[in-house]
Amino acid sequence: MLNKANVFLQGLGFSLTSRMARLGFASKFFVMTLLYSGTALRRFHLVVREVYFTGVMSMIIILVSGLFVGMVLGLQLYQTLQTYGSASALGTLVALTLVRELGPVVAALLFASRAGSAITAEIGLMKATEQLSAMEMMAVNPIARVVAPRFWAGVISMPLLAAMFSAMGILGGYLIGVQHLGVDSGTFWSQMQASVDVREDIVNGVIKSFVFGIIVTWIAVFEGYDCEPTAEGVSGATTRTVVTSSLAILAADFVLTAFMFRGA
Amino acid sequence: MNRSTLDLWVGFFVAAGIVALGFLSLKVGTMDTTTAGATYQLQAKFDNIGGLKPRAPIKSAGVVVGRVTDIRFDSKDYIAVVTMAIDSRYQFPRDTFATINTSGMLGDQYIGFEVGGDPEMFKSGDTIKKTQSAVVLEKLISQFMFNKASEGTEKK
Repeated sequence: MLNKANVFLQGLGFSLTSRMARLGFASKFFVMTLLYSGTALRRFHLVVREVYFTGVMSMIIILVSGLFVGMVLGLQLYQTLQTYGSASALGTLVALTLVRELGPVVAALLFASRAGSAITAEIGLMKATEQLSAMEMMAVNPIARVVAPRFWAGVISMPLLAAMFSAMGILGGYLIGVQHLGVDSGTFWSQMQASVDVREDIVNGVIKSFVFGIIVTWIAVFEGYDCEPTAEGVSGATTRTVVTSSLAILAADFVLTAFMFRGA
Repeated sequence: MNRSTLDLWVGFFVAAGIVALGFLSLKVGTMDTTTAGATYQLQAKFDNIGGLKPRAPIKSAGVVVGRVTDIRFDSKDYIAVVTMAIDSRYQFPRDTFATINTSGMLGDQYIGFEVGGDPEMFKSGDTIKKTQSAVVLEKLISQFMFNKASEGTEKK
């Protein structure tokens, strides 16, 4: 009996310490990425190449889903607002929902599954096929050459993608609300402009997407770098990237929203 | 992939992102609500401000001329002191009447300026003397009920 309790406590202690060690390694890895990003920023074409693979390649999915999210918002909000006879507020609601919340969050979730998983799988495969060790043998620092450019590319791409998502969503809301459901075009835009504030709403949205960009790419490069160098390990790491970064995005969104929009 | 095609695509991507940001800040939001040019400060004391909040608009003849910047409670006189930032393009006579109004039946509250005829204008830091508090619906109803009740007793 005592022995069983002992084993259980040991297992508990081991799982806690190994988790803490992993978290500590992740933080150290983040600092190292920042320290070694000098090379990446000096040889900027490395970052540009990664912006192509993370940003440009994610553009289609971001634009299309932004359009559809905006169109659904237009339909749904119109239904409810119509009941209260205030369909003129449609533009305001669509714009605020997209710029403050849905734009940064949904774009980051899509980015995590489209680009984050690709980054993890790529770095993980490099590790599994011992390309990272080969670089170290040639005195090339893999963090500076492989990790940092991908990290900065993600951080640059994310705010731009979120802005495109919001803009497309507002256009989608306009298409449904004004062209299809017949809200007056002037009311739609002027109500929107009267209540959306550049500093309060748009800049805060950009800050959010910037933070999400850091979170997603950090998790993606770390999971790739830290994965077990086997086929199974790579697939597990890719799954963990999507799950962990999605949860981290939603949690960080709550914290940021609580700080930014305190109902003033 | 060819380096110049890659650069082209990335350039297109960055340009599209900047266009989207520009669209959001120029077409969707407006710069002039908070980042307006020069303003001057005015104060007004109200017995009751109802549901007035900071950043509420100040309107004269229906046009927004400023915003409420600060609301605090004066514990000496037990009244509310409202600080307002008024656009310096607009000057108001010293006998301007400040009232707290409601837009629509259940809308947000704002301060309305009813302009008087004094030749002298407000300067920055002045306090508006003539104010009218927010109408509290419960008080209005109870007043109405009391009047009705007293009318009934007088007739007997």
